[in-house]
Amino acid sequence: MQEHKDRIRVLLVDDEKEYTKVLTNRLTKRGLEVSKADSGSQAIQILRKEDIDVAVLDLKMEDMDGIEVLKIFKKMDPQLMVIMLTGHGSEKAAKEGMEFGAFDYLTKPCELEELLDKIREAYRARNRI
Amino acid sequence: MESKEKILDRSYYKSLTRNMALIVIIVSFTPMLLVGGIIYEQFHVSYREKVYAHLEELVRKNKQNIDGFLKEKLGDIRFLARSFSFEQLSDEPFLQDNLTRLRQEFNNAFEDLGLINDEGVQVAYAGPFKLLKARYSEADWFKKAMMSQYVISDVFLGLRGLPHFIVAVRQNHNGKYWILRATINFQAFNSLVENLRIGKTGFAFIVNKEGKFQTEPAFDALPDTSFLDDFLKTDKRTKDGLYISEKTCSSDIKCIYVTALLKDGEWLMIYKQNSKDAFSELRNTQIIAFIIFFMGGLCIITMTLILSKGMVDRIAKADREKEMMNQQVIETGKLASVGELAAGIAHEINNPVAIMVEEAGWIKDLLEEEDFKEGKNLGEFQRALAQINTQGKRCKEITHKLLSFARKTDSRVQNVQINDLIEDVIGLSAQSAKYSKVAITATFAQDLPLIKVSHTEIQQVLLNLINNALYAMEKKGGTIEIASQLEGDNIVITVADNGPGIPKANLPRIFDPFFTTKPVGKGTGLGLSICYGIIKKMGGEIDVHSVVDVGTTFRICIPVKENPASPSK
Repeated sequence: MQEHKDRIRVLLVDDEKEYTKVLTNRLTKRGLEVSKADSGSQAIQILRKEDIDVAVLDLKMEDMDGIEVLKIFKKMDPQLMVIMLTGHGSEKAAKEGMEFGAFDYLTKPCELEELLDKIREAYRARNRI
Repeated sequence: MESKEKILDRSYYKSLTRNMALIVIIVSFTPMLLVGGIIYEQFHVSYREKVYAHLEELVRKNKQNIDGFLKEKLGDIRFLARSFSFEQLSDEPFLQDNLTRLRQEFNNAFEDLGLINDEGVQVAYAGPFKLLKARYSEADWFKKAMMSQYVISDVFLGLRGLPHFIVAVRQNHNGKYWILRATINFQAFNSLVENLRIGKTGFAFIVNKEGKFQTEPAFDALPDTSFLDDFLKTDKRTKDGLYISEKTCSSDIKCIYVTALLKDGEWLMIYKQNSKDAFSELRNTQIIAFIIFFMGGLCIITMTLILSKGMVDRIAKADREKEMMNQQVIETGKLASVGELAAGIAHEINNPVAIMVEEAGWIKDLLEEEDFKEGKNLGEFQRALAQINTQGKRCKEITHKLLSFARKTDSRVQNVQINDLIEDVIGLSAQSAKYSKVAITATFAQDLPLIKVSHTEIQQVLLNLINNALYAMEKKGGTIEIASQLEGDNIVITVADNGPGIPKANLPRIFDPFFTTKPVGKGTGLGLSICYGIIKKMGGEIDVHSVVDVGTTFRICIPVKENPASPSK
C-alpha cells in the first residue's frame, strides 16, 4: 500500500453532463474524490492539473473519440488506470481500447456497485505497480 | 395481379419453347431436305435415263429384227423373180416346188406364192387357198406394185378373209409387167413383236400410218390418233428412227411410248408401258426413302419438343430460384437496415436510461441520510425507487437485445451458439407473441457444439417460423415450443405450435415459392421458400409435420461439421 492518501481520485469523462453529475454525487458519497469532464479536451486539461488514479471514459463523445483520449491519457500518465464505458454491441471498440492499455470496460448503463468494484480493483492494480 | 403475372410468365415460357423448337427443327430439317432433295432428284433423273436407255435398246433391236425379217423375205422373192422367167413361174408345180422350199427354209413364214399378170389376174398360184384366176386389179398393193419395183403391203384380210400381208416384186417381160407375190404368215410375223414383253404392262405392236394394227396387240391398246400424229411427225427421233415420250394414256395413268419407224417409215412400231410399271423400282425406293424421312422427321420433332420443353423448364426453375435469391437478398437487407435503425435508437436510449437509473440511485443514497429516516413515506419512496431501477434494467435488456440483433445482421459465416441465438429470437418475438396471446417456451440441450453458419440467416429462418405460427394462432392463442438437441452430427431445432395446422393438400406446396394462403397483399409466399433455400445452402434439411386442429411442427436439421459442398441444387 502506498503512503500519501487513502481516497481514490476518479475522473469521470462523458459528454452527458447529467450522467457525470449524478455519478459524481453518488461516488463522492461513497468516499471517492471525483472530478468530472464533459469532453475529451476538458479531461486532458484536468489531468494536466490534477492527480488522478482512475479515469472512467465514455468511448462515444462528440468532440473526440474515446480511443484517442485514451491514447493521450496513457501518454500523459502511463500509470493512469482507465475504465471504458461502452454501449452494448460496441465491445469491439472496447477491446481495441484494452490493447492501448485500458484497464477494463463496462457496458452502459451499468450498476453503480459494479462500477465501484471496477474502480477499486483498478486502484489496487495501480498501487501494485 | 399475381395471377396475371403468372399467365404472362407462362406465355413467355411457352413462346420460348416454341421458338427454340422451331429453330432446332428448321436447322435440322433444312440440310436434310436439301441433301435429300438433291439426291432424290439425281437418282430420279439417272434412273429414268437408265430405264429409257434400256427400253430404247430393246426397241432398237426389235426394229432391226423386224426390218431384217421383211428385207429377207423381200430378198427371197426378188431372188425368185429374177432367177426365173414368167413362163417358168407360170408352171404351177414349179411354183409349188419353190414354195415348199421356201417354207422349209423359213419355218413356214411363207404362206403362198402367186404370179400375177399386168391386168391383175393371178395366172399361177401355189398355196392352201383356191385363188387361181383371182383378180387383184383393184387391190391397193397391186396398184402400188405396178408403180414401184417392190411392195410390202399392210396387213389386210383380202379375199381369203384372214389377216396377212403381201410381199410383191414387179418384173418386166416383153414390155409387160408381171408380179410375183408371196403372202407372209401373219402368226410368224406377229410373234416377232408379240415376244417383246417387259414387266406387267410392257408390250409392243405395229401400226401403219393410218393407225391400223399390223400386229395383234397383247392388250387393248388403241392409241389416240393425236398420239399417232405426234409419233409420226416428231423431229426428236434419233438417227435410227427411235422416239421416246411419256403421255397420259388413260385417266390418271401415264405411259411410256417408245416408237420406231419400220419399213421406211410406212409402219410404226410402238412399245407401250405403264410408267408406274417401268419405274416400279424407283417407286419402291421413293416409298422407302419417304418412310425413312417421315420417321426421322417425327423423331427429330418429338425429341426437339421434349428437349426444348425440358430446357425451358430448367430455365423457368432457374428464373424462379433467381427471383427467390433476389427476394432473400432484399429480405436480409431489410432485416439489416431495421437492425441498424434499432441499434441507433437503442444506443440513444441507453444514456437517458442510465441517467434515470443513476438519479434514482442518488435519491436512494440520500434517503439513507438521517433526515429522511423518519419520513412516513420512506417505505413507499424506496419501493418506487426500486421499481425505477427494475424498469431501467428492463429497458437495458430490451436495448441489449435490439443491439445484439443488429450486431448480428450480416450474412457472414461465423461460429454460432444456437441456444443463444434462439433466445435472442424469442426475445425479439416476445412482444408480438404477447399480442397474439401465445406463450413461447424453449427447451435447450446443453453443451451444443458451435456451428459455422450465418447468424442473420438462421435468425431469419427462426423468426419466419415463429411469425408464421403467431399468424396462424392470432385468433385463438396457443403455445410455441422451441427445442434444440444434438442428433448424431446434426443439431436439430424444432419449432412446434398447437395452432390450426396445415391442410394436407397444402403440405407438399408450402416450401414452393409464391405459395401463400394469406390474403392478397399480406404475404409474398416467399418466406418458407427462403427458409428452405437458406437451410439447404447450409447443407441442412427442413421439413414439416402438421395435423389439422392439433398443430404444426417444423424440424430443422443443421450439420455440425462445416459443409464443404457449395449450395446444393
